[in-house]
Amino acid sequence: MVAAPTIRPAARRQPRPAAVRIRKPKSWTLTALTTVMLLYTLLPLAWLVISASKTQEGLLSTFGLWFGGDFALFHNIGEVFTYQGGIYLRWLGNTVFYVVLGAGGATLLSALAGYGLAKFPFPGRKAVFAVILGAVAVPPTALAVPTFLLFAKMGITDTVWAVIIPSLMIPFSLYLMWVFATDTVPDEILESARVDGAGEFRIFFRLAVPLLSPGLVTALLFNVVVTWNNLFLPLIMLKDRNLYPITMGIYTWNQQSQTVGGDVVFHLVITGSLLAIVPLIAAFLLLQRYWQSGLAVGSVKQ
Amino acid sequence: MTRRSWIGWQFVAPFLAVFALVFLAPIAYSIHLSLYRTKLIGGTGFVGLENYTKAFEDPQFWSAVGRVSLFLVVQVPIMLVLALLVALAIDSGRLYGASFFRIAIFLPYAVPAVVATLMWGFMYGTQFGLIRYVNDWFGTTLPDPLAPDLVLAAIGNITTWEFVGYNMIILYAALRVVDPSLYEAAAIDGAGQLRIIRAIKLPALRGPLLITTMFSIIGTFQLFTEPVVLRTIAPNAILTYFTPNYYAWQLSVGGQQFNYSATVAVVMGLLTMLVAYVVQARAVRKAG
Repeated sequence: MVAAPTIRPAARRQPRPAAVRIRKPKSWTLTALTTVMLLYTLLPLAWLVISASKTQEGLLSTFGLWFGGDFALFHNIGEVFTYQGGIYLRWLGNTVFYVVLGAGGATLLSALAGYGLAKFPFPGRKAVFAVILGAVAVPPTALAVPTFLLFAKMGITDTVWAVIIPSLMIPFSLYLMWVFATDTVPDEILESARVDGAGEFRIFFRLAVPLLSPGLVTALLFNVVVTWNNLFLPLIMLKDRNLYPITMGIYTWNQQSQTVGGDVVFHLVITGSLLAIVPLIAAFLLLQRYWQSGLAVGSVKQ
Repeated sequence: MTRRSWIGWQFVAPFLAVFALVFLAPIAYSIHLSLYRTKLIGGTGFVGLENYTKAFEDPQFWSAVGRVSLFLVVQVPIMLVLALLVALAIDSGRLYGASFFRIAIFLPYAVPAVVATLMWGFMYGTQFGLIRYVNDWFGTTLPDPLAPDLVLAAIGNITTWEFVGYNMIILYAALRVVDPSLYEAAAIDGAGQLRIIRAIKLPALRGPLLITTMFSIIGTFQLFTEPVVLRTIAPNAILTYFTPNYYAWQLSVGGQQFNYSATVAVVMGLLTMLVAYVVQARAVRKAG
């Protein structure tokens, strides 16, 4: 797969020769078939955007896939941020906090470990590999209940640590960083830096991290999604509403509609949901060049 | 140890420390818990494998396992075949607006499972449901997706929606790094598209398909968020032992049966590893 011995990952993946590309006529049939899949994908998102513009009454009385009644989007957004003393904003802040420490920490730990495994032949490396690869096969949520039981014993349930500490270990991220470090950091430049007397951690942060950046962005984005979207962990660990991440908040707003005498706030559940997905979708769209190239390098090896 | 081997450990150590705390320790603690039982009289005592015997005779546990197994053999193949077809279509170079398809079909992955389940749940439901409007307009009587006998399929649709794009993007990324000279050689030999797919693309996807299959199996056995959230919409269709994870959670939070809950978690962990191992071994044998 490596045609030219360059060190830039982007330069390694060569575009397909123009000759091959030009000979392929575009197909309307294939485009139409794939469009069916596209419509399936976009239907619920369209429903969400349209529904977020409706009042509670409009939700119940008008057709879900078209606008109806008053256009209440901005009113709904205002209400999302003020309902129950503006707790939505606090939940959003909690999520950002969990994501920065959890997903950020997971990315840093995987980058260090992936690089360590890829670039240093140390005794016990094979054993470390075997244990970690075995761990990938164990479902994280099969671990959630045991982790809850352990954390309860340690007395740290219902604290932010109960959410952050388990988020720090994402095996997929380690796998990605290991493949990436093997592939994109040449031993020669590490050797020459060592000859110049640079320390190993300095070499890592100054030389390796820039080379690893497409992989880092990819791993970070995927880790952010896992952490941002997690419900099981906070659901099992947290009781205090003030510590909830946004997913828990939306879940409880919907749940209160079902309880007898609970405030029915479907319009806030829907608008709150829309607001909660905008940051992630924006991040994926803005950074797509980086994570897609990162994923391609990461997928080469088995 | 030499200086470099010491340095290697330093890079790996932080990850391993967290690994020990959130992986090894909980497993060890669960195994420990699973060997004890709290009795009304006499407190907590060592009972050996009694909890495991109980699990093997527990109809609720097995109905949960059966449900996720059925889910596994129906939903996972549908999802992966769809992902494969879309990846091949986008990679074929014959699609108008291929990059738009690629990014748009991937987007549901960025939607939290809570939100995805609520959206589909509302769309299925009688409150804002689309089914209702279809029935009103066309005079049809479509079945209720949230009825007890259809709710598993309804969840299958939600997870398919969430993860087709994710699997597609991994397969597509693998297709992008196929050496272009292979296609040229095939074209010169007069190979058609289908032949190129069979002889070049599918073999190149063998590894990534195995990875996506593994992640799907693991994901299926840990199914939790979708049923928990859907229960807030369809409480009668989703039982508290709907999936093994749901059951384990109910036992520990709802019933305070920590020892038995730990046993269920341990058994499910073992079952998942077993299935993942068997699939992997079969795939490797086929490849060899």
